Amino acid sequence: MSEARLRLDGVGFAYTDGPWRLSVDGLAFGVERMVCIVGPNGSGKSTLLRLAAGILAPREGSVTLDGRPLAGLGRRAIARRLGFLPQETPALFDYSVEEVAGMGRYAHLRGAGVMTAADRRAVARALDAVDMTGLRERPLSHLSGGERRRALIASVLAQEPELLLLDEPTGALDMHHAAAVMRLLSDVGGSGPAVVLVTHDVNLAALFGDRLLLLAEGRVAADGAAADVVRPGIMRRAYGEDVLVRTHPESGGPLIVPRRRVPAGPEAAHA
Amino acid sequence: MREGPRLRVSLWVYGALFLAALAVLPWIGAARLAPQAVAAHLGAVRTAEGLIFFHQRVPRVLLALLTGGALALTGAALQVLFRNPLAEPWTLGVSGGAAIGAFAAQAVPALDLAFGPLTATQALALAGAAGVMAMIYGFARRWGAVSAQTLLLAGVTISIVSGSLIMLMTYFVAPYRFVSFHRWMMGGLDVIGYRDVWTFLVPGLPGLAILGWLAREYNHLALGEDTALGHGVDVARVQRWTFLGAGLTTAACVTVAGPIGFVGMIVPHVVRRLSGFDNRRVLPGAFLLGGAVLALCDGVGRTVIAPTEIPVGAITAVLGGPVFLYILVRR
Repeated sequence: MSEARLRLDGVGFAYTDGPWRLSVDGLAFGVERMVCIVGPNGSGKSTLLRLAAGILAPREGSVTLDGRPLAGLGRRAIARRLGFLPQETPALFDYSVEEVAGMGRYAHLRGAGVMTAADRRAVARALDAVDMTGLRERPLSHLSGGERRRALIASVLAQEPELLLLDEPTGALDMHHAAAVMRLLSDVGGSGPAVVLVTHDVNLAALFGDRLLLLAEGRVAADGAAADVVRPGIMRRAYGEDVLVRTHPESGGPLIVPRRRVPAGPEAAHA
Repeated sequence: MREGPRLRVSLWVYGALFLAALAVLPWIGAARLAPQAVAAHLGAVRTAEGLIFFHQRVPRVLLALLTGGALALTGAALQVLFRNPLAEPWTLGVSGGAAIGAFAAQAVPALDLAFGPLTATQALALAGAAGVMAMIYGFARRWGAVSAQTLLLAGVTISIVSGSLIMLMTYFVAPYRFVSFHRWMMGGLDVIGYRDVWTFLVPGLPGLAILGWLAREYNHLALGEDTALGHGVDVARVQRWTFLGAGLTTAACVTVAGPIGFVGMIVPHVVRRLSGFDNRRVLPGAFLLGGAVLALCDGVGRTVIAPTEIPVGAITAVLGGPVFLYILVRR
């Protein structure tokens, strides 16, 4: 279904303060159903996602959607094709689940912004997809962390983009809620928009992602299927610490576990 | 979990209050007006009661409705823009900036120009409001989000300094006009005729239209800038237009009524509590209720110690100050 091809070519980005810098080249999104961007804190995961969403403008290089630079497209035109959900949504007012989901239709509304029957159907589908139809009238403050996440995911699903970019959609959630959100997003990726998400949880990424993009110090350290990325040597170089790689008993994919003791040796010394 | 039904007071209720204020308040004042004498004025005979009613009371109530409405609607927009429940033209210092501009035009005879409803007072009030707006905008750009407390401290300081500066300058420029300036600085609505209504509408109407048009965008901004951008809202554009719209409405209010505080801050909270958080309801609701509230305050101000009038700004400050402190402490 997804036709959008988002490309980052020769992209360089730095925040004004400090020497930190992100450099990526020849990255394409929109091919795989679900791409998970992983990496240690400060590796540039969120920055990369924000560049891909056009929230940040690259210092050099280009971010293009089907060959057209994002910088030349209006926010509304971008939003009709790319959904973006930031890590934090500091709600100033206590909107209801349905109001939040309805806001996702913004880019599709014309004139004064009155919703048509088609818009309302899109909102209802989105609420249904995240299993929040029963809670649609509940205000945000009366939701659990997982329900609140699902309400916000509903708003970007109602947007009906071709590509969905999510920053830490499982952040601050319990293991089972996090897994539920990932299951939901992989179902979404099966029929609706392709999904690109940032997560710090390598195991969830390996379990659900069709492709893993490992960042370290602002560069791509590995890019490919879980089995090719989640390897002891690659993980050690990215995270600076030895981990044990095992096999997930159900999926057969890789699974990492930290070690109890850091083994003595030259590799571990700088960790 | 508390799951009570949320109140959904309809906009019609605020509209009814607005119209009730317009229908009832002109009858209240120092002089008691007999309806027959007022009605007679519409016929062939001019009556004193009719003149008071149609040339003093009605334009004054009308102006109170417009000014209060504009302040409340502007406050509702600024509270979203700055993510600050205490934001409004007065607490941000925008009213103070506009007051300095308006004062300069009034106090310096060379600047006291007028072309129909367009006056130098409006232009300089707008310049003053824009100056403070640009300052806030510049700070926000340079240091990211300015902390809520810093913003308010700076804004209230500007308002106080501008008031004192105007008092000070009055002694040098036109001591004989001290009383009239003082009344204006306290926020007063002593108008005669409809000229001030037009003076208000020239900058005020476009300002209100701009802010009202952005109501839907403010819903998205309330979920954070990044979420709004993700939904497709051009956040920078909304911010620029809000600064312009709020500058226009504030200049309009200050030109005709001086800096009036607290109506713009409190009324939006009342409307949100009564009618939910959708800014497409909050903004028009705040306009209608803010107008009714200010007209009522002015009605009180011109009757309690009649024939002497209390400036409406003094009444809103006495009523609104404690609410400001309450919100400040509770945060």
